[in-house]
Amino acid sequence: MLKSPITRRSALQLGAASAALPLVHIRTAGAAGKLSVGFWDHWVPQGNDVMKKQVQAWSDKNKVDVQSDFITTVGNKLQLTAAAESQAGTGHDIMTFLAWDAHNNAQKLAPVNDVVKALTDKYGPVNEASSYLASSKGNWFAVPSSSGTQNKPSCARISLLKKFAGIDVQAWYPAQEVQPPEAAEWTYDTLLSSAEKLQKAGFTYGIGLGQTPDSVDWTGAMFAAFGAELIDGEGNVRIKSDAVRQVLEYSQKLVKFLPADAVSYDDASNNRALISGQSALIFNPPSAWAVAKRDAPQVAADCWTFSSPAGPKGRFVPHVPFLWGVWKFSQNQSAAKDLLQYLMQREQVEERDNVVQGYDLPPFPSMNNFKVWQEVEPPKGTVFNYPTLPWHQAKPSVAASSASPDIAVQIYNRGTMPTMLAKLQSGQTIPQVIAWASDELEGFTR
Amino acid sequence: MADGTSIPAVVIPQVRPRAQRVGGMQRWMRRRSTIAFLMCLPLILLIACLVIYPSVYAIYLSMLNKRMTKFLGLSNFVFLLRRDTFQLVIFQSCLFAGTAVFFKALIGFILAHLMHNIPSRNQRIWRGLLLVPWVIPLAMSTLTWWWMFDPSYSAFNWLLNQFGLTSVPWLGVGWIARFCTIAVNVWFGTPFFMIMYLAALKSVPEQLYEAAAIDGASALQKLFFVTLPMMRNIIAITVLFSLIVTFADFDIVRILTAGGPADMTHVFATYAFQVGIQSGDIPLGAGVSLFMVPILAVAAYFVLRGVTSRTKEMAA
Repeated sequence: MLKSPITRRSALQLGAASAALPLVHIRTAGAAGKLSVGFWDHWVPQGNDVMKKQVQAWSDKNKVDVQSDFITTVGNKLQLTAAAESQAGTGHDIMTFLAWDAHNNAQKLAPVNDVVKALTDKYGPVNEASSYLASSKGNWFAVPSSSGTQNKPSCARISLLKKFAGIDVQAWYPAQEVQPPEAAEWTYDTLLSSAEKLQKAGFTYGIGLGQTPDSVDWTGAMFAAFGAELIDGEGNVRIKSDAVRQVLEYSQKLVKFLPADAVSYDDASNNRALISGQSALIFNPPSAWAVAKRDAPQVAADCWTFSSPAGPKGRFVPHVPFLWGVWKFSQNQSAAKDLLQYLMQREQVEERDNVVQGYDLPPFPSMNNFKVWQEVEPPKGTVFNYPTLPWHQAKPSVAASSASPDIAVQIYNRGTMPTMLAKLQSGQTIPQVIAWASDELEGFTR
Repeated sequence: MADGTSIPAVVIPQVRPRAQRVGGMQRWMRRRSTIAFLMCLPLILLIACLVIYPSVYAIYLSMLNKRMTKFLGLSNFVFLLRRDTFQLVIFQSCLFAGTAVFFKALIGFILAHLMHNIPSRNQRIWRGLLLVPWVIPLAMSTLTWWWMFDPSYSAFNWLLNQFGLTSVPWLGVGWIARFCTIAVNVWFGTPFFMIMYLAALKSVPEQLYEAAAIDGASALQKLFFVTLPMMRNIIAITVLFSLIVTFADFDIVRILTAGGPADMTHVFATYAFQVGIQSGDIPLGAGVSLFMVPILAVAAYFVLRGVTSRTKEMAA
């Protein structure tokens, strides 16, 4: 019988030593703890790479082991993940929230007043829309982010509007820090008259009436431009006001010149309408133009992004903020806040924006002067007027923000405003639409 | 001993070997019912964790307020029943499930008969081809359908335009959108019915048809008086199964229309998602999803009662 060279005593000693090894402090990247972050999976693929690089740089400097996950908004996966983590009380330390989702989870998010104060002290206040969605009564529960934050202004075909409607959008909104007086002509009445002309020419405006954010955002901005509130800040239903009637009377005329299947539009339908060359104008961030650059260069070279039309109560541009929140269950909240503060420094924000060709919008108006919006092409200056600039005399708009957030989120996600227009397009009268909306809105105030 | 002396017999107590001593615990472990229970335990745990616990939690959630801080009892359900939109959802869910299941059963039945009557050599090929809609992942096939209905790139509209006809807003008009969602569900679910009915047809004794033929029965009479009575139970069970699955359908409506246009294709699952997850009112969303339970329970009761009574008749 062969004698084993390993005795039981030596095997036990080896096992005990192996088990004790992790207890020995070894200086690694995770010496200051761990963090996990749920970022938004950017439409522009390089957007994720630059984020990873920035996070790694911070991680190396601060000796915090950071795990970054990129979660898509397709199929509401980002929203679902946040909802699941909120219910379970476990998950990422930092989570990305889109628009209303931070409010929905506000009670489970750690206060970030210190982070926001440090940023606003350095860069000035955040825009009103971000402030509305990320804070309540001065208490911040989320940090407004630039990654994913977007406007949905007008994006039009230069040649088609010039030829069929006599509108020179480049003259209205040139790629310069100047506001020509002609820009004041860009109103909802001009939208109506040009929509009719372009429809006759076979290039119907690709404006949707579905229940997805694109449709909700532009109708919300239009309602704001008419001063029409569905529910006010005190929770009173204002559906029967003169302003609502006025916007519905206007809409009754406009919907005749929108696509017959506008009610089935999702967030990609207007992009496709523009890229396919069938549509002369959409309300969208520059993602449609960016895809057209690849798939339909002749369309991309003919695109110009400019502000939203003005109504009786002003010019409102649909704005969709993305926010970063730190869960209360996070074990490393101080590192999480430190990371967020780092990522929202101007250098990091600009670096990310350069990579995504200007898609991201900083929440600080003081940062709306990045060179990327002047430089990307074709044509040169095509997205110069994408951010809301001071001379646009426009305000960022969040649909239904006249109401308190817990009511507004229902109006937004149920697509109440575009559904009202869809009902008008299907032939219902204004009283019928008001009656339907009134019933819906009363349910939201329960 | 032989000389008459006796040797005291020492009785050595029989000590059972250690291995044979069986305690109460071991006896219990060796019982058949215990072994059977332990073998079923993984499945029981799975069902408990993934079915029972979520169901009970959903019932609990549906009785809370939006912030989940107060118990409301059945208030959420009363609130929902008063809403016009929810009444529309109930109607649409019943319309969607009822219509889709009817056509799936009908087309599946017809296909099964056609398949049954072609030579068995070719049957395999056709069986395989006709099963394809069912084996493709539903989300993927629905996406393809969505592309065919797309406002800008619809293949159907392209075909119509080739023949000089105008484009149809497939997902943009209420009843057309409803038709589209039902059509996709029928396309997906018919193979299941076909394969079940084909199996049932093969189990109908040939002698019954011969006897019917001798009695002068026509093809239609054979269908109504031989085939259908023999297949009643399988028809009932497949219809019930499909009703439950179709009622709870989420993928098709979510991908094709997301409940639009103007809420005209919302079913319970998609409305629960919109209200619960997107609008941040999880208790109300739980309430919406639980509405399916009484409807399906009533349907299941009547169908299974019929199956049981027919089974008893046949046994008698």
